[in-house]
Amino acid sequence: MPENCTYIARSSAIAARALAGEMMVMNSADSTFFTLNEVATAIFQAADGRTPLREIVRDRICEQFDVDPGQAQADAEQFVAELSGHGILLVSNQPLSSEPAR
Amino acid sequence: MGALRKSACVEIGAIPIALSTTEDGFLELLSRRYDGFLSSSRPEFELEFDLSVTYSVSDADVQVQRDGDEWTMQRGDFRAHWDPRAGRGTVRQDANPYSLDTVLRILHSLILAERGGFLLHAASAICDRQAFLFSGVSGAGKTTMTRLAPPDVTLLTDEISYLRPGAGGYAAFGTPFAGELARSGENCSAPVSALFFLEQGPENRIDELASGEAVRRLMRNILFFAEDQILVQKLFVTACDFVARVPIRRLTFYPDGRVWDEIRNFAADAEEVPQHA
Repeated sequence: MPENCTYIARSSAIAARALAGEMMVMNSADSTFFTLNEVATAIFQAADGRTPLREIVRDRICEQFDVDPGQAQADAEQFVAELSGHGILLVSNQPLSSEPAR
Repeated sequence: MGALRKSACVEIGAIPIALSTTEDGFLELLSRRYDGFLSSSRPEFELEFDLSVTYSVSDADVQVQRDGDEWTMQRGDFRAHWDPRAGRGTVRQDANPYSLDTVLRILHSLILAERGGFLLHAASAICDRQAFLFSGVSGAGKTTMTRLAPPDVTLLTDEISYLRPGAGGYAAFGTPFAGELARSGENCSAPVSALFFLEQGPENRIDELASGEAVRRLMRNILFFAEDQILVQKLFVTACDFVARVPIRRLTFYPDGRVWDEIRNFAADAEEVPQHA
């Protein structure tokens, strides 16, 4: 098992919908609202609580988008920290149970 | 105890609700206030009014909270309980129309949220058999748009629009909830053709709105009082669905009658234009 694994899961307090190619996410606890770009959407959709972030970046981001792996990992960590701060994503160094977004 | 309860059925948005009271005067008051929306339909829901208490008129915020399977709604001037499973509720208030209006708005917002509809802070009107919605902050021009409407346009409301999903899209219904115009809308409905967010400017102009911005503005203008995450999530999903199915635009307008020519032209042009898919 790799060291320093980060697991991410979508909070049960959110609702999300894809619309015109954009992912809209709302935190119903405080009604904050976010629009995610393509890369952020890929990470958000893969946030099942069981797949390490590193794997998500490798398999979903680097595979689909023309990005430098190191930069992609750094950007993903920053994105995860931001959404975690807004209560959209849950972050842990252990696998999480994820309740699907509505 | 034992006083005979009398009721009037008020049907807004095709949802008949019986309002019952033992007070003849209150029955007359609500019958006058909702004239045009009184119905002989079998009520789906019932609200019982108890006018035996005295509350002070209040500008405080409404509180709507889930209490087990029921809802409590209160402000300084009323206290109400609503059991959605039984379809019944009780309201304690003075015999004033303002509290009554607020309770009805809250109740409809709860019922609509479960059915994929919503109340929107917007004027609405029917033109050429299509409903147009005009939303915006206070002073943006909702009432102005209704005042500028040509005689063949039917007013649904200048303040609170009533929206429900249907087979082909969304329908807008007239409401008795009036704004500055101080006039009830007509009790009729039509399929929604477009929602415009209003801004006043030197000329008439219609601009696209990105989906994210459309959802954001829509959520900001939906009337919803309940502190309940599940219903808020449902409303968000409804808002996204609405944006996917209804053209949403920014309407900058100069306040004279020519703006309605712009609306008619837009409707004619938009008939075959795909929406935010």
